[in-house]
Amino acid sequence: MTTKASAPAIDVDAGALRRLRVDAPEGFVDSVLDRLGLHTPDHLVTVSSPAGDLFVAFNDDGICAVMPTALFNGSADRFAAHHRDETGRPLVAGGRPPAGLPAALRSGRATTLRYDLSGLTSFERAVLTKTLEIPSGEVRPYGWVAREIGRPKAVRAVGSALGRNPVPVLIPCHRVVRSDGHIGNYGLGVPMKRTLLHAEGVDLDRLERLAHAGVRYLGSDTTRVFCVPSCVHARRIRRAHEVAFRSSAAATAAGFRPCGHCHPAELSDAS
Amino acid sequence: MALDSDAAVLDDLAGDLDAGYGAFVRAHSSAVYTTALRLSGSRAEADDLAQETFVRAYRALRGFDAQRVLTLEARPWLLTITLNLWRNHLRTAARRPRQTGARYPQVADVRDGPEAVAETTAQSAVLVGLLRALPEHHRVPVVLRHVVGLSYAEIATVLECPVGTAKANVARGLDRLRALATACPEQSTTRAKKESP
Repeated sequence: MTTKASAPAIDVDAGALRRLRVDAPEGFVDSVLDRLGLHTPDHLVTVSSPAGDLFVAFNDDGICAVMPTALFNGSADRFAAHHRDETGRPLVAGGRPPAGLPAALRSGRATTLRYDLSGLTSFERAVLTKTLEIPSGEVRPYGWVAREIGRPKAVRAVGSALGRNPVPVLIPCHRVVRSDGHIGNYGLGVPMKRTLLHAEGVDLDRLERLAHAGVRYLGSDTTRVFCVPSCVHARRIRRAHEVAFRSSAAATAAGFRPCGHCHPAELSDAS
Repeated sequence: MALDSDAAVLDDLAGDLDAGYGAFVRAHSSAVYTTALRLSGSRAEADDLAQETFVRAYRALRGFDAQRVLTLEARPWLLTITLNLWRNHLRTAARRPRQTGARYPQVADVRDGPEAVAETTAQSAVLVGLLRALPEHHRVPVVLRHVVGLSYAEIATVLECPVGTAKANVARGLDRLRALATACPEQSTTRAKKESP
């Protein structure tokens, strides 16, 4: 096809030219979609909760962000700017709130709502999905979440993942506390964590007293079942029948089996 | 070329232009950006040119019916837009006289700063300089055929000429490129630095 001229000093061949093909710069597609206004926006509603008024952002996949309005001085525009920085998506006010949202906020049971956790790692999603199972009025240690998702050594990573929870209050990261009875940290501030737990009827003083006394589990000598102290079943044990344990091993050694509701220790095959 | 995935992208585009446009841009961003970069020689101009191409394309697609979208030859169509935008840009720029003179092949365009023009190898850098020294009627066919990888039929569509003319211009451009390479003053240093792959 092409007749060769005098031998070129550098190779001008198809391979060398093909290597001049480049990818568009990072963010190119987003810039184009931005200019055309084609990013599908998330929707925004404001709801009231025990944590005060909340901005709730959602899309077709589910709820993707929750923040107290107080953090933005009540300004939806400022929250929208923050949301855009976090997700790259614009936010428009209005639309019908996700079904079940008001009921979930009233009852503290938000397990049936749908969440869009697409921006998170699979580990973070596993932590949040497990945390969603902790019932209102109960708390679990960080180590409990780690063990339940099959990563017993990742206790600190669980703390970090909970700190990045994009949907606090609904996914109840406030129900995860330190095993020594200390309330632990909270992305929205420790006072808020205390307020939320108090509103759910958690007796924080009692849990701290028990933890300081070295008590990690409570059992009933009638059922011979042991629980984490905040478990709904532990709270039903009469004082006369209450037995305290420092470890799940001690409880098992005493012939008690772990509660199937709060999973105080791995349920062994024998139980 | 991944023809199946190209068809799937057009399928989505015909179904819902707004929802499918992101994938369409992603599928063709490299071809459009590469063409813009090799035409303009500047990353900043290439970014503008490529973005503008997709903005114009979107506006045009809004007037297309589904059948026309499904049978669209996306790459030649998009690159025709890029080329027209580039020619309009040159015409506008020509009215505002500026220092011109790609008289000699240049290894790098200093307007872009050092990191922007860093090509992967010294050889690529020399080739870019040589390409810039080609007159447009040779440079465009060579870029479309050998850098972007269009077929001769697609090039003929973009250049609005017969397929035979497209072939001839690619061949002449390549010959001219080789001639420039032989005369290129950087050749000796390039050869010395050239690493084996």
